[in-house]
Amino acid sequence: MKAKIVFAAAVIAGLSFGSTAAEARTLIQNKGSDTLVNVAQAWAEAYRNVDSGVAVAVTGGGSGTGIASVINGTVDIANASRAMKKKEVDLAKSKGQDPVRHVVGYDALAVFMHMANPAKTLSISQLAEIYGEQGEVEKWTDIGLEVPGCKGQEIVIVSRQNSSGTYAYFRRAVLGKKRDYKLGTLDMHGSKDVVDLVEKTPCAIGYSGFAYATDYVKIACVEKGESGNCVSPSVQNASDNSYPIARPLFMYTNGRPKGEIKKYIDWILGDAGQCIIQEKGYAPVREVKCE
Amino acid sequence: MANDEVASRAAVSPRTRPGRRADAARHVDKDRLTLDWYQDKIVQVVVFLGGISAIVFIIGIFLFITREGFSFVVEKLEITEFFTSIRWQPTSEHRPTYNILAMIAGTASVTGLAMVVAIPFSLGAAIYISEFARGKTREALKVLVELLAAIPSVVWGFIGLSLMNPLIIELFDVPVGLNVLNAGIILGLMAAPIMTSIAEDALKAVPDGYREAAEAMGATRWQVVVKVVLPAARNGLLAAVLLGVGRGFGETMAVLMATGHSINIPDSIFDSVRALTATIAAELGETAVGSDHYQALFTIGIFLFVVTFTINLLADLVVRGVRKG
Repeated sequence: MKAKIVFAAAVIAGLSFGSTAAEARTLIQNKGSDTLVNVAQAWAEAYRNVDSGVAVAVTGGGSGTGIASVINGTVDIANASRAMKKKEVDLAKSKGQDPVRHVVGYDALAVFMHMANPAKTLSISQLAEIYGEQGEVEKWTDIGLEVPGCKGQEIVIVSRQNSSGTYAYFRRAVLGKKRDYKLGTLDMHGSKDVVDLVEKTPCAIGYSGFAYATDYVKIACVEKGESGNCVSPSVQNASDNSYPIARPLFMYTNGRPKGEIKKYIDWILGDAGQCIIQEKGYAPVREVKCE
Repeated sequence: MANDEVASRAAVSPRTRPGRRADAARHVDKDRLTLDWYQDKIVQVVVFLGGISAIVFIIGIFLFITREGFSFVVEKLEITEFFTSIRWQPTSEHRPTYNILAMIAGTASVTGLAMVVAIPFSLGAAIYISEFARGKTREALKVLVELLAAIPSVVWGFIGLSLMNPLIIELFDVPVGLNVLNAGIILGLMAAPIMTSIAEDALKAVPDGYREAAEAMGATRWQVVVKVVLPAARNGLLAAVLLGVGRGFGETMAVLMATGHSINIPDSIFDSVRALTATIAAELGETAVGSDHYQALFTIGIFLFVVTFTINLLADLVVRGVRKG
């Protein structure tokens, strides 16, 4: 009996000791872009070995989610695959926040097709006619292709939910400022879902970050203008700006980062952090030598 | 023990006539002091709070969603366009539009097809469990139906996205398998268990005397079911269907994954569509609080609330009909 009480006391003491130890750790809330979520998680994990006193909690949800939490002041670092609009910055300032932008890497948006699709290159203007409102391309035959296994050669256009940063960037880069997407696109809730759906649907075309590419989908070589030269998405081509649909990836903090948050962002922008982003299939902000 | 005391005193008091008044007064005083009296009052209050909590919550939720969406509805919403245009482009850079006709059509078509799938299944299962199955078969079936109801909706959605999509492309030779058919089947299977249990309750509520009388007249078991039990349980069965419709209307995750989430008025069951609930789920987390987009989503919430409320009210009225008749 006595032994039991001692044991229980020891357990309780252990628990309370454990909880005080946890309180001493600094928690950084990191939230936003689905494109960045894998990298953000890898950073958070690696940073545990750098500073065990800091825990980084990463959640996805899309750039809109991250930016909304910056505006509402509910996050320490927000990830975004698009820049905040002026309206959003104003809204944040009116709520007493001061969003500061950090470019942490670059991402090439790959255009995916089914493996059976014979297409090799697609030009930006073809993509615009496929994706854009009043676009003329409705069928694969309209751009001179015959896709085996695709009923009626009708193009199944796969897009993203309208609050996604990828959605916004692809619209800006391919359709331009004044044009919207066609109504009737299949709006997937995540980059991975796009690739999964395209993989199983012969008629489909979709776009996502290059890092989400798998061996089971075809990646289009994208041609800018009518030059006849196309560029395939890759880390190299995203860094040197030769791939036409590549975008910067951002982290937002509230005000200039201080203390542990500053240390974390500096580490991300340092060689260690930049090697991790490169390993995950994105382009680093500058050239780094990694093992 | 305390109960006995009160009871004995109550039994004694009428006998002692002369000092009755004084005794009664003392009786009340003493009664107040017992633990039972407090217990009784506390339980009364707790039960009352429990009883009204549903109403309080419903009113609270309704106030919350109207508060968030109200100024948009009053100031910016073109109510006819809202219901008659399919353009939903809330994040457009030059001209944001917030109109929900396509989503109403999507939700309605998916729910409609789900009912086409679910009604025969659930009615058949309910009739079999209640009228034909006996003993262990019956118990096993009831447990299995309940188990089917316990499958989380995200699992159903996953089945729709990764299993049914290639299957539908293969079987029907269509461009894409995320469509009304896919979501309708998934939703039908999700709604069927609930409809089965309610329909079974309705069938069980038909007095055995009806069946015995019909059998005494020489009816076969099938004739008993079709001509006597089903008509007698008509209202309960209708309520089951209406609750299934309500379930279909409110389901979110599975339809988000299985419909294709595409703004489109379907002209066949192989077209991709988008549901009202799925739109809120996909977009609400990513909009800035208080923006037009946010308020438009809450306006959809108000609309959904009104529709499901009406459906549930109808179901309730129908069930009341069954009790009267």
